[in-house]
Amino acid sequence: MLTAILIMALGAVVLGAALGYASIKFKVEGDPLVDKIDAILPQTQCGQCGYPGCKPYAEAISKGEADINLCPPGGMEGVQRLADLLGREAKPLDAEEKPKQVAVIDEQTCIGCTLCIQACPVDAIVGAAKQMHTIVESLCTGCELCVPPCPVECIRMEAIAENIDNWKWKYPVIEIKPLRQAA
Amino acid sequence: MLQRLFKFKGGVKPQTNKTQSVGLPIAVAPLPTRLIVPLHQSIGGTPDPLVAPGERVLKGQKIGGADGWISSAVHAPTSGTVLAVEERVAPHPSGLPTLSVIIEPDGRDEWITRTPVDYKALAPETVREMLRDAGVVGLGGAVFPSHAKLSASKTVPMEELVINGAECEPYITCDDLLMRERAEDVVRGVGLFRDLLRPKRVLIGIEDNKPEAVAAMKRAVQALGEDFAVIAVPTRYPAGGAKQLIRVLTGKEVPAAKRSTELGVQCFNVATAYTAWRAVAHGEPVISRIVTLTGNVAQPRNWEVLIGTPLAEFVALGQPKADTDGYLMGGPMMGFEMPSPDAPLVKATNCIIAGSPTLFPPKAPEMPCIRCGECAKACPHELQPFELYWFARAKNFGKTQEYSIFDCIECGCCSYVCPSRIPLVQYFRFAKSEIWAREREKNAADTAKARFEFRNLRDEREKAEKAERLAKAAAAKAAEKKAEPAPAAPAADAGIGAPAAADGGAPAAAPLDAEAVKKATIAAAIERARQQREAVQPKNTDRLTPAQQKEIAEIEARRAPLQAEQPERSAPPATDAAQEQQNQ
Repeated sequence: MLTAILIMALGAVVLGAALGYASIKFKVEGDPLVDKIDAILPQTQCGQCGYPGCKPYAEAISKGEADINLCPPGGMEGVQRLADLLGREAKPLDAEEKPKQVAVIDEQTCIGCTLCIQACPVDAIVGAAKQMHTIVESLCTGCELCVPPCPVECIRMEAIAENIDNWKWKYPVIEIKPLRQAA
Repeated sequence: MLQRLFKFKGGVKPQTNKTQSVGLPIAVAPLPTRLIVPLHQSIGGTPDPLVAPGERVLKGQKIGGADGWISSAVHAPTSGTVLAVEERVAPHPSGLPTLSVIIEPDGRDEWITRTPVDYKALAPETVREMLRDAGVVGLGGAVFPSHAKLSASKTVPMEELVINGAECEPYITCDDLLMRERAEDVVRGVGLFRDLLRPKRVLIGIEDNKPEAVAAMKRAVQALGEDFAVIAVPTRYPAGGAKQLIRVLTGKEVPAAKRSTELGVQCFNVATAYTAWRAVAHGEPVISRIVTLTGNVAQPRNWEVLIGTPLAEFVALGQPKADTDGYLMGGPMMGFEMPSPDAPLVKATNCIIAGSPTLFPPKAPEMPCIRCGECAKACPHELQPFELYWFARAKNFGKTQEYSIFDCIECGCCSYVCPSRIPLVQYFRFAKSEIWAREREKNAADTAKARFEFRNLRDEREKAEKAERLAKAAAAKAAEKKAEPAPAAPAADAGIGAPAAADGGAPAAAPLDAEAVKKATIAAAIERARQQREAVQPKNTDRLTPAQQKEIAEIEARRAPLQAEQPERSAPPATDAAQEQQNQ
């Protein structure tokens, strides 16, 4: 009887020590769920979700503070993927979905104030004080953060036009829609 | 030498329809009224335009320079004037425009100075650069820059060089006629490739429905004393696919997602060999190609056409019949409908087929997949099209990749045999382009994330650096002050300090110190400004003529008594005058 208790106690101590050691040795830095959510987000860093960047939004989702339908650039597809990842119900997007766009600076009007450069989260604007600014189109995420600071309103957003490089083959299924009944 | 042939799985045997266009020899197409030369005609970087509107160009002049190593130059197909460099509709299934050079021919067809070279005397690197600058690309349809395929792998010994003259797709006969009429130049071109790659064997594969081409090539190989094996391969679509031809000729199966070079095999089209030879030995860049014009036309035949000829002007040569309702570029299995009669012919255009409702009757409606497995039997890459179809239709792209969608060569065998008439290849193309788009988006997001993180890091670093700088400056100021007010301090101590000492000397001293610092800073700023003012030399007083100097001296002389009358305002003008005199 005593031997049995001792063996069980010994076992508990050994296993407890092993688990304690493992929890220190193999400690996971950060929250892996945040990284998984962050990977789905489009990384525009636009703040349209109300958080200062994609990572803070991912953190808020993982803590359950934010809903999954707050990211307009990610679109409905992004919501669906987040719902699949988190095992939640997909909800309609909390804003209207926009086509992908880039910012364009009207270089004739630009006065070189550098306010947009400071606003750009991905350093996609080139320029210096009292020098004309321009946007590096390939780096622009279309976050619109540079539009409000411009004092002369010379920045506009343009939808990315379809060209031969980004053209896609169309889905060959033609959806059959019911004829709309005349009211 | 008896060559043992191998087989590839799958494939189909559609009606070849080649006899219509082989009756007549290759004819040179007349000069069109306008040439539209797209700059992006090969895989890889888009060449930069080298000409401006209004400029006169000569035949063979480079109008687009290769952008990077995987890119190929573009040349003016004839002499004339550049009308514009603008976006024009491209021969592409999308019908979208691409940057093109529009040339109005002057009818003189004036060549640039062509410099034939003896490639054997040159370094292989130089020859490859020559080929790139001559715009030599794979003319079998993929238009991959040929020079990039002509460096032998350092790790794998080069075993076989396969020359593709199979031309398996129905209707197309341009390679057939090229081999019949210009076999010697083709073989010389193959010799050039052989010398660059140094393979153990050279195998020229031609489908056995082209006995004349096989005979002509054999004769040419003998006449030039080469040891190339000209081999007739069984006619079965798609025997002309690179991986299929390699399999038939060498028995080597190129594994999924690998290139044939990793097995020591390289493959070129016969027309590519021909243009490479013309480029090196005649100094002629790729400005024309042989195009089959067939289908619903009165006179089907092969034409040597300038690159950039508009479709409408080209098809007029074959006199299309009245019920023609469209033109296919490429063959009926893999080709696509030309988007507009203004779209030009390019290096990838091997065939134009005029279509009509009788020639290509409209497809009966698509029926549900019954999973009969005919498509899997026909697939030359041993894929499972019925599974791929299922996943592509459901937009489950991850699964399509698991089922190796990127090994699909879009040959069309599966659609051809499908009893439910499902346009399978269209589903696969859709899935592939969606996957590519996602890949692009993912890459863009990763870049954006990296840049955003770097920016935040930089902001923090800058903030820390600024704080450190300020702290240092404040410390320096404090140290300076401690040293400076030492003589003044006893006086303050004597006057105010002593009574104040009772209710805490330190708090009283602090505001005093702050005031003193402020005053010292202002004084220092004034001093700096004065020094700066003095340092500035008026620029308009050096290099004066003697007359001007005399004039100034007179003015100064007049001014001196006036200044003496106004003693209170005398100080600054006096220094000014002194300065001016100094400068002079």
